Amino acid sequence: MTSLRRRLLRNPTGIGSLVFLVVVVLSAVFAPLLAPHDPNTANAYDTLSGPSGKYWLGNDGSGHDVLSRLLFATRLSVTLTAETLVIAAVLGIVLGLLAGYYGKIFEAVGTAATSLLQALPAIVVLLAAKSVLGPSDFAAMAVFGVLIAPAFYRVVYSAVSAVRGELYVDAARVSGLSDPRIIGRHVLTVVRAPAIVLAANIAGISVAISAGLDFLGLGDPSIPSWGGMLNDGFTNIFTQPLLVLWPSLAIGLTCVAFALLGNALRDELERADGAPKRRRRVKQAATVAVAPAAVIAHDDAPEEPGTDLLVVQHLSVGYGTPDGSVKTVVEDVTLTVRRGEVHGLIGESGSGKTQTAFSILRLLPSGGRIVGGSITFEGKDLAGLSAKEMTALRGKKIAYVPQEPMSNLDPSFTVGSQLVEPMRIHLGLSKSDAKARALDLLARVGIPNPGRTYAAYPHEVSGGMAQRVLIAGAISCDPELLIADEPTTALDVTVQAEVLDLLRDLQRERRMGVLLVTHNFGVVADLCDRVSVMQSGRIVETGPVRAIFAEPRHEYTRSLFDAILPDAEARGALPGVTSSGTLGEGVTA
Amino acid sequence: MTETLLDVRDIVVDYPVKGFRKPPFRALGGVSLEVGPGECVGLVGESGSGKTTLGRAVLGLAPVTSGSITYRGREISRLGHRERRALAADLQVVFQDPYTSLNPSLTIDQILTEPLIARKTDKQQAQRRVRELLDAVHLPSDAGKRLPREFSGGQRQRVAIARALALDPKLIVCDEPVSALDLSTQARVLELFKEIQARTGVAYLFVSHDLDVVRYLSHRVAVMYRGEIVEWGDANQVTVHPEHPYTQRLFLAAPVADPVKQEQRRAERHRLLALQQEQDEQMEINV
Repeated sequence: MTSLRRRLLRNPTGIGSLVFLVVVVLSAVFAPLLAPHDPNTANAYDTLSGPSGKYWLGNDGSGHDVLSRLLFATRLSVTLTAETLVIAAVLGIVLGLLAGYYGKIFEAVGTAATSLLQALPAIVVLLAAKSVLGPSDFAAMAVFGVLIAPAFYRVVYSAVSAVRGELYVDAARVSGLSDPRIIGRHVLTVVRAPAIVLAANIAGISVAISAGLDFLGLGDPSIPSWGGMLNDGFTNIFTQPLLVLWPSLAIGLTCVAFALLGNALRDELERADGAPKRRRRVKQAATVAVAPAAVIAHDDAPEEPGTDLLVVQHLSVGYGTPDGSVKTVVEDVTLTVRRGEVHGLIGESGSGKTQTAFSILRLLPSGGRIVGGSITFEGKDLAGLSAKEMTALRGKKIAYVPQEPMSNLDPSFTVGSQLVEPMRIHLGLSKSDAKARALDLLARVGIPNPGRTYAAYPHEVSGGMAQRVLIAGAISCDPELLIADEPTTALDVTVQAEVLDLLRDLQRERRMGVLLVTHNFGVVADLCDRVSVMQSGRIVETGPVRAIFAEPRHEYTRSLFDAILPDAEARGALPGVTSSGTLGEGVTA
Repeated sequence: MTETLLDVRDIVVDYPVKGFRKPPFRALGGVSLEVGPGECVGLVGESGSGKTTLGRAVLGLAPVTSGSITYRGREISRLGHRERRALAADLQVVFQDPYTSLNPSLTIDQILTEPLIARKTDKQQAQRRVRELLDAVHLPSDAGKRLPREFSGGQRQRVAIARALALDPKLIVCDEPVSALDLSTQARVLELFKEIQARTGVAYLFVSHDLDVVRYLSHRVAVMYRGEIVEWGDANQVTVHPEHPYTQRLFLAAPVADPVKQEQRRAERHRLLALQQEQDEQMEINV
């Protein structure tokens, strides 16, 4: 929050509008001291005179001093705005908190009440209220405060119901904090910022509404108001046009200042939300300065010429940073995938393994680009292909199986239509041929009832089934190379075993090259022929799977192997759990 | 007689399903287990098996439809807010996701003093306790002034553990506390769990989908499947010589980090699946 304030003060729009509003409030507070004349003393000799040394802004139609009236009118506007804000905020925020946090009855009542209020035409209600409650501006704006409270309710309600499910709220509950405490510590902090932005916007609206009511002559004529002054100016517009200018400026500038302040707050707030995310990206991207040691390569079976499918050489991938420099996330990576082999790329989070896979697919997130090296696939350098040539290759020659099966299927299309479309484009199949092939593929990947899954929407199939569907899609155009990014990480262990079996069978049957990105040594042991270990954007060790598992040579690889929990050793029963008292000291029976 | 710390008996948890007259979803269908003082009970199962729900029911975060949960002989499954708050000193939690279990806008100091405030500990004492806690989870003592986002996943999980330890609890429910962590970080955090248990004698109800993790840490293990416990007993017994067909399948499905052993395990798994299928068919014929 303090950082938001600081950032707002650095934002030119923010500081400008804030300074103006502070001036407005100060002149309202010190109006009695600042005003050169009594605002209600009419000077019959000086009606409608222009600005002069005595009356800086001239006199109005009744001979009042315009400057003094303007200052006192500011007082009225500021008070009315504050009143509206307080009523709207207290009602909206309290009800929003209760509804968002406790739900149930509060939610039902709050939502019904706000819907009702929003359906009412505000101006009509205000005019009706005026005729009942009399000319007092305060009563009218109190009504307006109630009418606008739903705006606060909605913002607060959505923020609170989002935070209610957060684990830290659960943790606070388990820590023994009472509900008011939890709301004060964890919930209000989330609500504060959007509520402030909203308050700025609502303040602007209420200035305009109160001025409007006074302009229509519905206000108390004995109290100077911006709207009343504007009315007077309009009556005398032909004799003294300047009279319209001053209240118009006051109303217009104040409304604009509130609106701009709201915008500036929102901009800074969004930036505040974005900042940690961006920072995380950079952090992930930050390569720890490792001395570029030579890659440890284990002895390999001699290569037969012409078996190399994908050759990546000295690949570097970088992200542009706001200050113009490039942050490297993958550095000098060299690896080869041969025809019919599974090459594992293993590393911990942030090691650059997924970035490497994405750069081969040329699907780097925005801001990322290949800054060096080459990616040769069947004799062509993928790094140099145009976007169009790459599109023709992706899906047909190079296929991809993602980590999150569910988020990689479009929820608004059936499974079948998502399988058929690439085949019709890449293979030029007719609709019925493509459907027949899709059903074959679904049967091949072990889906028990292909017809039903074909017609189903993604939400109707389980995670394991969805991953089978994506694998079916990946192999539908007979690719040469399959890039699988953590294909089993999101799956349960029994499903994982089935999907690994499926991948192995398909790979053997079609002699595909597979680049398998994973963090799981078990998966590597199960599926891979060769493996490369990545650390901080570099490959540190590479070779046949059995050689590396038998004798890891790089210090980092060894540390990873050490972290694997011993397989056979169970901790066993707690000694003393069957005999009483040994560990139960201080336990009252 | 064995002193039981936590005794869960025939617990049923139903979640209401949206829609008119839809039957509720049964997340737990009559589950029983117990945790002794200083013991670690592992709860293993796949997603949707109800293992997390059981942990939440013990913490009072899931609605208990029937059955009983007794803590030191006292029924705690239907406590009011006030009584539940009083239990906070004894029963604590470490959640899976170290990114959402810490409020991003509070400093580590504020996070760690939270349970202490609830107990009305005075400020100086709370500060002292925070330093002790940071020390206990091997974080630098100046960590308190920083925000969660300045820490890595493993360090955040240490903060979450420190928060759970703040009131010297007797039982900590650990809900997949190492699943979101990298392999090497995971090993160090597990080591910390063991070390804390050895020093303080706290008991864990340790929920995880990872058999290796459960085997490494647990004295006794319960295997959950579709809202029920299918196998329950001594960790050695359950994890090395599983008897239930599901447990057997589950254990053979986890790949070993060794190409040679994994090939054997794979073959063994295929044999087991074939055998179980055969048995199922036999059963069907007999029925």
